[in-house]
Amino acid sequence: MVSLISLSPCAGLLPLSEGGVTVTEVPVDRLWSVAPFAGQQKAVSAALKDQLGVTLPTVNRRGGAVTWFGHGTYLVAGDVALDGLAAVTDQSDGWATVRIAGQRAEDVLARLVPVDLRAAVFKTNHSARTMLGHMSVAITRVGPDAFEVMVMRSMAVTLVHDLQVALRGVAAR
Amino acid sequence: MRINCPNCGERDRREFYYQGDAVALERPAEDAGLAAWDDYLHNRDNPAGDTRDLWFHEAGCGAWLVVDRNTVTHAVHGAVLAEKVKT
Amino acid sequence: MRLQAPETTVSFTFDGRRLQGVPGEPVAAALLANDIRLVARSFKYHRPRGVMSAGSEEQNALVTVGRGAQAEPNVRATTLEVSEGLEVSSQNAWPSLRHDMMAVNDLVSPFLGAGFYYKTFMWPRSFWEKLYEPVIRRAAGLGALSGHTNPDDYEKAFAFCDVLVIGAGPAGLMAALTAGRAGADVILADEDTAMGGRLLREKEDVDGMPAADWVAQAVAELAALPNVRMMTRTTVTGAYDQGTYGALERVAGPRKAGKPLECFWRIVAKRAILCAGALERPIAFPDNDRPGIMMASAVRAYANRWGVVCGKSVAIFCNNDDAHRTARDLAAAGVKIAAVIDSRDDVQIEADYPVFTGAQVIATKGRHGLESITITHAGGTRSIRTDCLAMSGGWNPTVHLTCHMNGRPTWREDIASFVPTPDSIPDMVTAGACNGVFNTAGCLAEGAQVAADVATGLGLEPKVTLPVADDSAYAISPLWAVAGKGRKWIDFQNDVHVKDIRLAAQENFRSVEHMKRYTTQGMAPDQGKSSNVVALAVLADATGRGIPETGTTTFRPPYVPVAIAAMGAGSQGKGFAPERFTTSHKATVARGAPMIEAGLWYRPSYFPQTGETHWRQSCDREVGYVRGAVGVCDVSTLGKIDIQGPDAAALLDFVYTNMFSTLKVGRVRYGLMLREDGHVLDDGTTARLGAQHFVMTTTTAAAGLVMRHLEFVLQVLRPDLDAKVVSVTEQWAQFAVAGPKARELLNAVLDQALDDQTWPFMACGPVGVAGVPGRLFRISFSGEHAYEVAVPSRYGESLFRMLVAQAEVMGGGPYGMEALNVLRIEKGFITHAEIHGRTTAFDIGMERMVSAKKDCIGKAAAARPGLVGDDRQQLVGLRAKDTLTAGAHLFEKDAAAVRVNSQGYTTSVCYSPTLDMHLALGFLKNGRARHGEVITLRDHLRDVTREAEVCDPVFFDPTGGRARG
Repeated sequence: MVSLISLSPCAGLLPLSEGGVTVTEVPVDRLWSVAPFAGQQKAVSAALKDQLGVTLPTVNRRGGAVTWFGHGTYLVAGDVALDGLAAVTDQSDGWATVRIAGQRAEDVLARLVPVDLRAAVFKTNHSARTMLGHMSVAITRVGPDAFEVMVMRSMAVTLVHDLQVALRGVAAR
Repeated sequence: MRINCPNCGERDRREFYYQGDAVALERPAEDAGLAAWDDYLHNRDNPAGDTRDLWFHEAGCGAWLVVDRNTVTHAVHGAVLAEKVKT
Repeated sequence: MRLQAPETTVSFTFDGRRLQGVPGEPVAAALLANDIRLVARSFKYHRPRGVMSAGSEEQNALVTVGRGAQAEPNVRATTLEVSEGLEVSSQNAWPSLRHDMMAVNDLVSPFLGAGFYYKTFMWPRSFWEKLYEPVIRRAAGLGALSGHTNPDDYEKAFAFCDVLVIGAGPAGLMAALTAGRAGADVILADEDTAMGGRLLREKEDVDGMPAADWVAQAVAELAALPNVRMMTRTTVTGAYDQGTYGALERVAGPRKAGKPLECFWRIVAKRAILCAGALERPIAFPDNDRPGIMMASAVRAYANRWGVVCGKSVAIFCNNDDAHRTARDLAAAGVKIAAVIDSRDDVQIEADYPVFTGAQVIATKGRHGLESITITHAGGTRSIRTDCLAMSGGWNPTVHLTCHMNGRPTWREDIASFVPTPDSIPDMVTAGACNGVFNTAGCLAEGAQVAADVATGLGLEPKVTLPVADDSAYAISPLWAVAGKGRKWIDFQNDVHVKDIRLAAQENFRSVEHMKRYTTQGMAPDQGKSSNVVALAVLADATGRGIPETGTTTFRPPYVPVAIAAMGAGSQGKGFAPERFTTSHKATVARGAPMIEAGLWYRPSYFPQTGETHWRQSCDREVGYVRGAVGVCDVSTLGKIDIQGPDAAALLDFVYTNMFSTLKVGRVRYGLMLREDGHVLDDGTTARLGAQHFVMTTTTAAAGLVMRHLEFVLQVLRPDLDAKVVSVTEQWAQFAVAGPKARELLNAVLDQALDDQTWPFMACGPVGVAGVPGRLFRISFSGEHAYEVAVPSRYGESLFRMLVAQAEVMGGGPYGMEALNVLRIEKGFITHAEIHGRTTAFDIGMERMVSAKKDCIGKAAAARPGLVGDDRQQLVGLRAKDTLTAGAHLFEKDAAAVRVNSQGYTTSVCYSPTLDMHLALGFLKNGRARHGEVITLRDHLRDVTREAEVCDPVFFDPTGGRARG
């Protein structure tokens, strides 16, 4: 029997590099949205500690495989069993995830993102739900000069386009 | 304009969707009568001064907020999660 | 001419003439250095004009840079930097700057005063648009747009800081140093090419060294502080709510592809310190606009900073102490001072050049440039030969930004100027000349002090150390307009003179806002930076009021003109809106399908085949696939919302009109959603995947809206409901497989075969799709035996190709939006063409779907009088032999097709190849009772009139047997 071929959201679009800033796709295997039911926040946190070794992070933070992802919602990289404790929804294919790295990565994002991403304010493992251009995104600082940006899968082309323009503008200065 | 989201901190207005007066929190009962529903749906004050309205942090955390602000000075006094106002 | 030969020069052109300039100096300086005084023609009267100032406030020297599509009009020559090969041209003159035909306007000027257009071109009314306005627009004006698409790159960006210091003169530098040393995150922005402001333009010492050296030292210290960011060539253009500031940066260096010309910044600052300095104002005296008549501070700035002398024999006309610096500095540089004319009687000046006190300039001569002036003084009247008159009517603090949030400045009699009213902008303070402090020591001290206060407020511990500097007092005795005849210009950029303002007052436009609009004073690109205070002083005099009572007009952002291209940067072309592509996009485009936009999504109209010359051929063929064999369509764009939780069913009962708590696991139900005002919000199917787990589908158009609505219900109306919603639209690639052979096709790709017992109509559940866990829904938007099959998006493209290949083997194939639309119209299925926001459940014949057993959103309002009843326009079908149009109005057969007779309208139309008939859906007054009636459709827009028969909206297979079979 024939089998289905898997394609990543940014297949054929990345990598991208200009002015010392590189954009690469972050491969995603299993990714779940976890929204604890009423009164189950602690139980979910304990269950994650058991299963993945990390508790639920505070708002706007990432801790290991778990990232705060909006009001009452977390993203968990890897399979978890939270029956009855939380709404667990498969998001493994819902998002395009890219890594933007380089000394001027912050300058590139300053062209597109209306939040304060300066290193002193937005530190490693800080995460924000915000906008990039006209798109709703999640941004996490993953290192001194590196960010991870998630955008809805269908908008991967626009994400790469907008980053390309910003990269070019920053590199030309 | 910037709104202090209880989840995300201070954010630019572009991230928010504006709904309208926070009167929407007080939904009448099904049998409250036409006048009550008319007030709830359509009749709004247009204050020059303090106002309380609902905003959705749509391009942010996805929380509905009740925002206290002033239409004259444009000051934003504060924002709280709508679900906390109701419960 | 230049004081010294420059070390390096580059060549640029002005009106085609090749000139030498120093790289980076203002074009205005280079023109003056080349003894070019006539640089522009004025807006209305085409009077010869020259450089007046040395900053962004320049009124006269507007030029066009570049040519062709890249031409940029109305650039101030005083801020434009000289670079190799720069092309500069004058504007508003024909055929040339020296011989401008439109200068005839100046000869008939007595007829062209304020209000002339309003009074003259009143009648006939139709002439205004066709004749008067085009002629006037041609005659008056500044630079012209190229008419081509702007090929340049622009950028926008966001920045954040603790303290934004606006202006880097003595006050701004001290403020930045004080706040920066204390550890605050500082942005120091200045519109000049270098930090220093007035200190670069004056001959004076700071801390025992030349001011420019002190600036260099301060700038070096700031550059070494990692918490300070210096932005030159950056004009802060506006102050907005909650500490947001707009700023326009002219990106430094030569043009190159991909490099932005300008960047528009949104800066968010916890605190701001305005150190914007002050602008010198002119004095209104007869013919004070000849090339060579300049601001006193500009004349010495050109000499002190750029080594350019503006005339061979310079005269100074002033009413204050400061302007005497011009005479002193130029004399020291060896320039001849023809005279200093000070309007004040009581001043003692010792100098080795002629000084006239209690004197005024009453006339000037020189056609294309100043040749002489006439003055009066105690000793009588005399003529003085001079080619450069430096004038100073005093200084206006640059209060503009403090007024951007409704603030009004305060009049200070001692300096005859407006100063900022404290607390006009929350969290912004002012220091230095913009605050009315007019000496260097005072500016340095105030800059340091306010920055220390700001830093303390931020929890830091600042230290203040002050350099020693000039602390001489500033004295002024107001002189706004010289008495006597002749045109005394106030607003040079909009050609407004004293008489215009007096006329406005005389005609009862006494309010400063009315005067502005009547005379156009302050309405040119410079927004009256230099002219406002003089104009309102003249108005105050004409109306017998004081200046404070007269008040100022409203200063609004932006402080300097900002190109739309800069404000809209990033939003042109592909940046206008995100594009959303389905996983089948590439495969679809490869088949030559024309794509149409559905919200942000791109979907195929139809899939053309060889030999087809018209979209209808493709569409009819694709409809045939579904009715006769099998068709495949990507429906991933429909919103998919995952709903889980103990109260998931209760949530659905509340947002849908019908019951969902009764739906069995493994089944799908159609649902109708209302807005709270009783009108239809959206519709779609919801599947129950588990006891506490549903997946809702929304229309493509309303996906975001419904998501917001569900969150609104959960967070605002019913936080008692324990349910979670999350969008899975992007997670699943979903394809409709529709037609009599749908099951046969699916059985070729699914891991387990389907049959009617386990998979009846409206069943749903998990399936294996070629080994991948997927979902299957037996639902139909075409009325045929149909399914929607979903797989994780990474497999979407592959599954689409597989389904299409299989369909083609079976005599079917892919279908697009056109065919999808025909299929659903044939079945009377609604889309947002019908549920367009003004229709109710009653209107679309679904009032029985509003459950009586429970409350739901919109239920109370839907029952109110006026939203139900025979008067409502109700959903009907219309059939005809000829093409119908959407948007046509419906009339009784013989009624006149006028608005009052309109009984409804059509919303969707198609040709049905299945029925060989033209069909429409529409709304008709009391339509459900009128099936069988023949009515008239009239489309005034397309000039189409048709007769059609009213019928049930379900044209095809009314019993629904095909979908169930």
